[in-house]
Amino acid sequence: MSLNCKDLLGLEHLDKKDLQLILESVKPFKSLFTRSVKKTPTLIGKTVVTLFYEPSTRTRTSFEIAAKRLSADVVNISVGASSVVKGESLIDTGKTLEAMKADYVIIRHSLSGAPEILARNLNASIINAGDGFHEHPTQGLLDLYTMYEKKKKIEGLNVLLVGDILHSRVAKSNIWALTKMGANVAVAGPPTLIPPKIESLGVKVYYDLDEAVKRADVVNILRIQLERQQENLFPSVREYVELYQLTKERLGNAKPNVLVMHPGPMNRGIEISSAVADSSNAVINEQVTNGIAVRMAVLYLLKPSKTANKKQAALN
Amino acid sequence: MSEILLDAAAFDAAIKKVAKDIFNQNKNIADLAVVGVQNKGVLIAKRFLSELCKIAKVSQETVPFGILDITLYRDDLDDFGADMPLIKDTEIPFDISRKNIILVDDVLYTGRTARAALDVLTDFGRPKCIQLAVLVDRGHRELPIEARYAGVRKVIDGKVKVECKEVDGRDRVIIL
Repeated sequence: MSLNCKDLLGLEHLDKKDLQLILESVKPFKSLFTRSVKKTPTLIGKTVVTLFYEPSTRTRTSFEIAAKRLSADVVNISVGASSVVKGESLIDTGKTLEAMKADYVIIRHSLSGAPEILARNLNASIINAGDGFHEHPTQGLLDLYTMYEKKKKIEGLNVLLVGDILHSRVAKSNIWALTKMGANVAVAGPPTLIPPKIESLGVKVYYDLDEAVKRADVVNILRIQLERQQENLFPSVREYVELYQLTKERLGNAKPNVLVMHPGPMNRGIEISSAVADSSNAVINEQVTNGIAVRMAVLYLLKPSKTANKKQAALN
Repeated sequence: MSEILLDAAAFDAAIKKVAKDIFNQNKNIADLAVVGVQNKGVLIAKRFLSELCKIAKVSQETVPFGILDITLYRDDLDDFGADMPLIKDTEIPFDISRKNIILVDDVLYTGRTARAALDVLTDFGRPKCIQLAVLVDRGHRELPIEARYAGVRKVIDGKVKVECKEVDGRDRVIIL
């Protein structure tokens, strides 16, 4: 069993077999959560560094808990308080962490491709925790796992992503993973927030949410990035609410057992109404719990070995 | 070239012997629980349990049964390279505190699996005691661990393979 790579940079480059392997590896980790001792000694003596160039609470905390439950030592670096503000380059920061014997570097960066640059330059395992508009692979995996857990399958599932597809790395990772696993993926949102030519990824585009929601087994609602509203991509928040908020009324048109998901943080009353967020269809808190188990599985599958460096040298 | 250590009849006799030994030392069945180590230890544990219940004249449902996987507790995970071992299910659906646990594996060899299994169990709570039962104790210990019950004890240099009806179609133990 192997992912055949030292890093997790995105889901675009994993194949169906890899995704299946990750899905099947999650359950044993999730079953640890109900034990009296929730830790295992699996990553004892390994060092995990979280390097976040963008603010994050849930993703960073989730990775930290995942690593600690596997007994790794965790160091958190947030950029506001590091030498990055003194002008250090990304690669130099990475090299410094490697000199301190970091085995994993978990990075979030506003520029797409930043994790890949680190991966090319370091022996440590690099895990992308979100880069620009590119990918957020562990969020994609935890969404995939939550759907799999609830619906018992991915193939043939109708999954609808709603909102700002253009700026959303979560949407990209969802689309890669879900289409590979055989789900029917659709997106719905204002035309200005749907990337051109997205149909070429095998995705159906809707501009009318009421229409889109009818066939869905899963509705994954993305956060409206209010900080981008100054780009004037839609006329007003009030109009967005009117046309694209998932309300109880709109949910009424969907299948009764439709799953409602949101990667968080939620803007209640904007992309999702409070009533929907708190409804029995919503699995938003379970996504958070699953996130820890999924990240534990990823850390396990990417575990560095004594011989890893040698093997890599041989490949080069 | 392989040599047969236990044929079907000897296999059955070994199971019965261990079950009897467990019964003789644990007269209070109500305090017992049986836990098998993945993979083959689970099958052997079920055999021990069923024989034990026959001897004690109790129904099998009265004795709690669990399975455990040691993968996350192995001491050699650093040696696996990119190919990490598959994690299997651990299900201990009862409170292990104050239980006398019969921990079961098919073969006792270096003792490292038993060491890891002890760590898994103690992470679930504090049992009254843990007793180790195996089908074959083949010697070559690397840790100070011994089985209280064994179907057969013999120092074996080759590779020992346990076959069970449920998955291999027949019961036997061979030396490869």
